[in-house]
Amino acid sequence: MIEIDHVTKRYGEKVAVDDLSFTVQPGIVTGFLGPNGAGKSTLMRMILGLDAPTSGRVTVNGQSYRALRAPLHEVGALLEARAIHTGRSAYNHLLAMAQTHGIGRARVDEVVDLVGLRAVARRRAGGFSLGMGQRLGIASALLGDPRVIILDEPANGLDPEGILWIRTLLKDLAAQGRTVFLSSHLMSEMAMTAERVVVIGRGRLIANTSVAEIVAQASAGGSVRVRTPQAPRLREALASANGRIVSDADDELEIHGIPAALIGETAALEGIVLHELTPQKASLEEAFMALTGESVEYQATTLDANAELEVAA
Amino acid sequence: MSAVALPSPAASGDARQAPERQGVTFGRVVRSEWTKLVSLRSTRWSLLAAVAMMILLAVGIAAVQMGRWNQLSLHDRLTYDSINTAVSGFNFSQLAVGVLGVLVITGEYSTGMIRSSLMAVPTRLPVLGAKALVFAVVTFALMLVSAFIAFFVVQALVTQHHLQHSLGDPHALRAVVGVALFLTVLGLMAVGLGALLRNTAAGIAAFVFMLFVLPGVTAILPASVADSVSPYLPLNAGTAVATSTFEDGHHLAPWAGFGLFCGYTAIILGAAAIGLVRRDA
Repeated sequence: MIEIDHVTKRYGEKVAVDDLSFTVQPGIVTGFLGPNGAGKSTLMRMILGLDAPTSGRVTVNGQSYRALRAPLHEVGALLEARAIHTGRSAYNHLLAMAQTHGIGRARVDEVVDLVGLRAVARRRAGGFSLGMGQRLGIASALLGDPRVIILDEPANGLDPEGILWIRTLLKDLAAQGRTVFLSSHLMSEMAMTAERVVVIGRGRLIANTSVAEIVAQASAGGSVRVRTPQAPRLREALASANGRIVSDADDELEIHGIPAALIGETAALEGIVLHELTPQKASLEEAFMALTGESVEYQATTLDANAELEVAA
Repeated sequence: MSAVALPSPAASGDARQAPERQGVTFGRVVRSEWTKLVSLRSTRWSLLAAVAMMILLAVGIAAVQMGRWNQLSLHDRLTYDSINTAVSGFNFSQLAVGVLGVLVITGEYSTGMIRSSLMAVPTRLPVLGAKALVFAVVTFALMLVSAFIAFFVVQALVTQHHLQHSLGDPHALRAVVGVALFLTVLGLMAVGLGALLRNTAAGIAAFVFMLFVLPGVTAILPASVADSVSPYLPLNAGTAVATSTFEDGHHLAPWAGFGLFCGYTAIILGAAAIGLVRRDA
């Protein structure tokens, strides 16, 4: 269990995390979602005792990280930024980590096999691909067989097979009763893996809900696409229903706020021919964007400035 | 998925597969730091360079001096001290030891390894302590052996002009052990600078400034001021213990100088320790 209690982190003037409070429960995968720069990595570093909160308290299994006597047995972590000396072999990196806790070589071999790095374990980690580096980071996190697992963007750099592997691994770890907390900026990836999701933007909590709820919200906000040669008649027929109808082409309508079933029934009653009746689900990414829309830190700006320069030239 | 052969936490009492749950101890951190030190190529090359220069420089200088003995001035011949020649290799070795000292800690900052180290040992101080201890023991052992080898080879070379000393002669053993002690504490000072500055370039620059640039700055001062200041400069204080006879009178007594050098190092390491505990990693 991870408890975040009114945590604020300031770097000079800039507030990276702003009075954040939530709890991450054991037994499920909890996703930690937010646009880049939202404060995800900062919070993870505070959970792991690397950065100290300006105010508030972070505890892991009831204790602050710095008070843990055997931290690798309590918490395993993969940080987004690499945390491995590039000149050392994967095996020696894991061995040095293991030795701080008196963990034996047998366990080092075990995690090397678990993440599939056996063939390259004696090679310098500096030559690893991003995906291999992620696997080594995951091996490092699992070394102490911890009850809490924290992963910052674990899918980064993994190929599709690797992504499937990590998804299965994380679900299995959660099913064993462990606390699994992982961050991502991709809602779709999260929907495949996590059961609950904590969304932050600009250091503040935006949502703390189940993934199922977000999925439901996403589909509720959808529209219905209708193609009919008698578009004006259908418009009239639906005028009494409280919907909003947009039209891009003569035979095409996009109808918001009226269920597909009602549209179909109305058309049948009026004898209107329909060529297509398709409910459009809002994607998870759209639902995520709707949640975090106002809080995106680095929004793309228009190219007007450049355009003006070109005109001037 | 069958590949996930991890025991569940609830079953961790199961002796069959669960790893024993042991905590962090200083001894374990020392073992870990030993593995870290010896598993890097940069360590092996730096230490090899330090050993080679310690021996080869002294032997080379002695060989040249003996070959040109009759061309040397009367003053040079009268003041010749084969003990000083035997330990003269430190002039080069100190660079290798210092750069490695900086690197053992800044290498962790530049690669991000420090985060792994501090996550494993969140009280932090044992990481710096164990790192310094392992580095000091390795440096002292290698430099002591190199200094003895250099001493015996140089003494054998200078026998032809009856200039040889034995370890029992005044200052001989003190200088040979002293040069290893000086290089060890110098290495620790470099570790402290690296830990304080967290950056390889800055660490090496600070190290070079303190030891080699500072003496040059005092040379600009009026001679009387320079003479009273220079014995207290880190390098001059530290090398007193590795010197048999002095060319001029402006120096501290061997152990007093070494004590002062240890004091400087303690201050830098102390500041580094405070920074390590207080600052974000």
